[in-house]
Amino acid sequence: MSGSEVVIVGGGVTGLSAGWWLARSGVKVTVLDKFIVGWEASGRNGGGASHYASPLFDEEQRMWPQMDELLGYPTEHQKERIIIAMTERQWEQYRFVAERHKRLNHAVELLDTKQVLDAVPLASEKAFGGVHYKFGGHANPQRTTQAYAWALQDLGGTIVQHSPVTGFETAGGKVTAVKTATATYGCDNVVVAAGPQIPQLMAQLGVNVPLAAARAEMIITEPAPMMPLTGVDGHKLYGRQTMRGNLAYGGGPHEWLDMDADGPAARPSTPLARNLAKRLAEMLPKAAHLNVIRSWAGIIENSPDGRPIIDRLTSPDNVVVASMSSVGFGLSPASGHAIRDLVIDGKCSFADIDILKLSRFDNLEADWREKRGWMPIS
Amino acid sequence: MELNFTGTDLCAINGTRSAPETHYDTVVIGAGPSGVAAAIDAATAGAKVLLVDENPVSGAVMGNDVPLYFGGRMTSATQNAERMLEAIFMSMPALETAMDAGVELLLGTTAWGVYRNGPGVASLPQQVVGLADSERSWLVGFDKIILATGARDLAMAFPGWNQPGVMGAAALQMLLTRYEAFAGRRMLVLGSHDLALETALLAKDRGVDVLGLIEVRDAPQGHSDLVAKVAAAGIIIHCGQTITAAKGGINGVESATLKTGEEIACDTICVAIGLIPSIELVDAMHGPRALSAMRGGYIPAGEPTVSAVGDCAGLADSGFDHIAYRMDWMRALSSVSADDTIICQCEEVTRADLIGVQPPNYLSRPAPMCARSLDTLLEDGPANPDQIKRLTRAGMGVCQGRRCRDQVAMLLAIEADKPFGSIPLASHRAPVRPLPLKILAEWDEPAEMDAAWDVWFGIPTAWVPHEDIGTPYQDEHREMLYTGMYK
Repeated sequence: MSGSEVVIVGGGVTGLSAGWWLARSGVKVTVLDKFIVGWEASGRNGGGASHYASPLFDEEQRMWPQMDELLGYPTEHQKERIIIAMTERQWEQYRFVAERHKRLNHAVELLDTKQVLDAVPLASEKAFGGVHYKFGGHANPQRTTQAYAWALQDLGGTIVQHSPVTGFETAGGKVTAVKTATATYGCDNVVVAAGPQIPQLMAQLGVNVPLAAARAEMIITEPAPMMPLTGVDGHKLYGRQTMRGNLAYGGGPHEWLDMDADGPAARPSTPLARNLAKRLAEMLPKAAHLNVIRSWAGIIENSPDGRPIIDRLTSPDNVVVASMSSVGFGLSPASGHAIRDLVIDGKCSFADIDILKLSRFDNLEADWREKRGWMPIS
Repeated sequence: MELNFTGTDLCAINGTRSAPETHYDTVVIGAGPSGVAAAIDAATAGAKVLLVDENPVSGAVMGNDVPLYFGGRMTSATQNAERMLEAIFMSMPALETAMDAGVELLLGTTAWGVYRNGPGVASLPQQVVGLADSERSWLVGFDKIILATGARDLAMAFPGWNQPGVMGAAALQMLLTRYEAFAGRRMLVLGSHDLALETALLAKDRGVDVLGLIEVRDAPQGHSDLVAKVAAAGIIIHCGQTITAAKGGINGVESATLKTGEEIACDTICVAIGLIPSIELVDAMHGPRALSAMRGGYIPAGEPTVSAVGDCAGLADSGFDHIAYRMDWMRALSSVSADDTIICQCEEVTRADLIGVQPPNYLSRPAPMCARSLDTLLEDGPANPDQIKRLTRAGMGVCQGRRCRDQVAMLLAIEADKPFGSIPLASHRAPVRPLPLKILAEWDEPAEMDAAWDVWFGIPTAWVPHEDIGTPYQDEHREMLYTGMYK
């Protein structure tokens, strides 16, 4: 049995950030991943980092501008965002959100069409207007996830890929080891950050974690000329212009799925690429001639209220469970910090995260998925 | 906030997709000899058949080496769409036979994706193929699909390969025989297996000055009859030899330098080392495929509703190990390539950066980054081209890996000291041909799609600022942003 102070189940962005934060505190960490780090939703998302609804928001905003330097590897982090309204209804909605930001003292500015075009030259002259968020930003999910993994290794942590977790050993109300097909990893504490596989893993510990998995899709174009502002959302799309210039965009209807214990069997993209292309060409018509060169899909989980679950359990009492409920990438610098605090101190040091406790679902009805219509198509 | 769940998620994909415009019993992709024959067979048996072929592609698209590795050696004749279309009909009399048999034929029409329900997706009304021409894209339903997509050129890097005039054998054959639109005059050929020998003979026959064949192995590799014909045509095969550089100017290649130091003046270097069965659609639809060294690479494994014919199903098996042959070439060309030799032309990824798993030039490389390499990555697990792609950007460009995908896999095998077959196939993704946003767009999408469209899941509680949980603001927020959802 190889000993480690903390074993982290899941080498996605949340588990890796937690591992990095723990390693920075001198804790000996092992991260186990079923395949390659960041292979699932962590490496397939829009890269946004502007999660103002979360209690982790302030820490997210504080950390991102420092991440390249702290990790020692490039993340492609870029500051700020703009959200462009292409219909009167969207303009009404986006202004509503902007008003809320003002009252929460988040720096936002309403832009008229000309100001939108100055910031986003590819945008449509038919835009109703935009909201400039003087906060938030975006980064490259694939590069960032690998950066966490490498930085964690540089601090003495271990990453074990191609090693799906098969179970746990418990004694005295604690998890004492995490098992894979080929090895057993002794531990003082466990972090379960395995995305859609969390429910199956936690069921082995007698803990019910209500999560439902779904597929979402994105498209990417060949490079466009770099725009003054690259974090461009709107028209009910999310996305960004990468530092290479590509336009990477997602949004639109999702498909609920059943999830095997092994994780997603496949991540197929669908003709939804055409509906994404339509909206992107409407919002950025001066990019309409650009070639779409790929589409892809990712599988993400959501909790019943769509908010993350970050909690240190009472039984077994050395387990922290973390599902970011489909907003994990951007919040990762902060979620890793919170998980580190829960593992070491039992309490988050920088924010009140009680609303993220698992116990809020104690009285959840058994048919919560059916009630919400979050069922796979049969 | 009390949410009144109705059993329906208004923002789910269920029931929002458009039905395909039309439905055929059989769709055949690719109107080469095998595809046309398969279409005629199906139509003769009474099936409603659609036959599509992406050719002629526009001159601009050919510049992106779609579908073959044209290397910028097309004449301006390829800018004339009408002439190109006529050239296809002239060169393929069987197309008329197919139309007479009742086959519906669409040329200049790309099949960019095939979609069907299976693991991870159950929302498609039926299995469909995505088509596009120069005006628009659309979906076509089918019962059976026959892939006759042919084979594409294997490209290989050497110093100076990234300039006009370095091109593939299949592209050259297409320009010579179909379009009469090859812009080169003096050509050197890499390889001496059947593909190279046939290409050299064809070029010579069409008036191209063929300056010789370069063979990395110690003897000519192709069929003895072809070798004899090449010799009889006065074309030299330089065995045990390799190209070390291509030099050039504003119009591309001007000369090739051999290992011996000999410099041969030429305007074209035709890479005729091998062809790769074109399985982009099979892979993008998660179809089963298997590696066959004797048949040129990964080939479709076959399914009840998906079949493959012609080179797409695998090159004719003549007992020749194509993979071993390519690996010999790869080792030879790697050994003469400098660190700054470009491997991925679109993203300008050098050999050193590929093997160093370094990020592109527009990113900084702090000391920890510089200390990383393929060797350190291999300590974490086997080499995976998709991971290398994410880190280095090799294969991420507009050519969609057509020029570098195969050589990256070979390079990984060599560097990791593993057999080629142990390196996973880098994933192909739809659209398997570059398609402009305005062409790919479904401009006339169903109203249901727009009604279900939310930026991200449409869960009213997910984006309420945490300060507002439990306040009346929650309901305003839901009303404004998630109209109707769980009201």
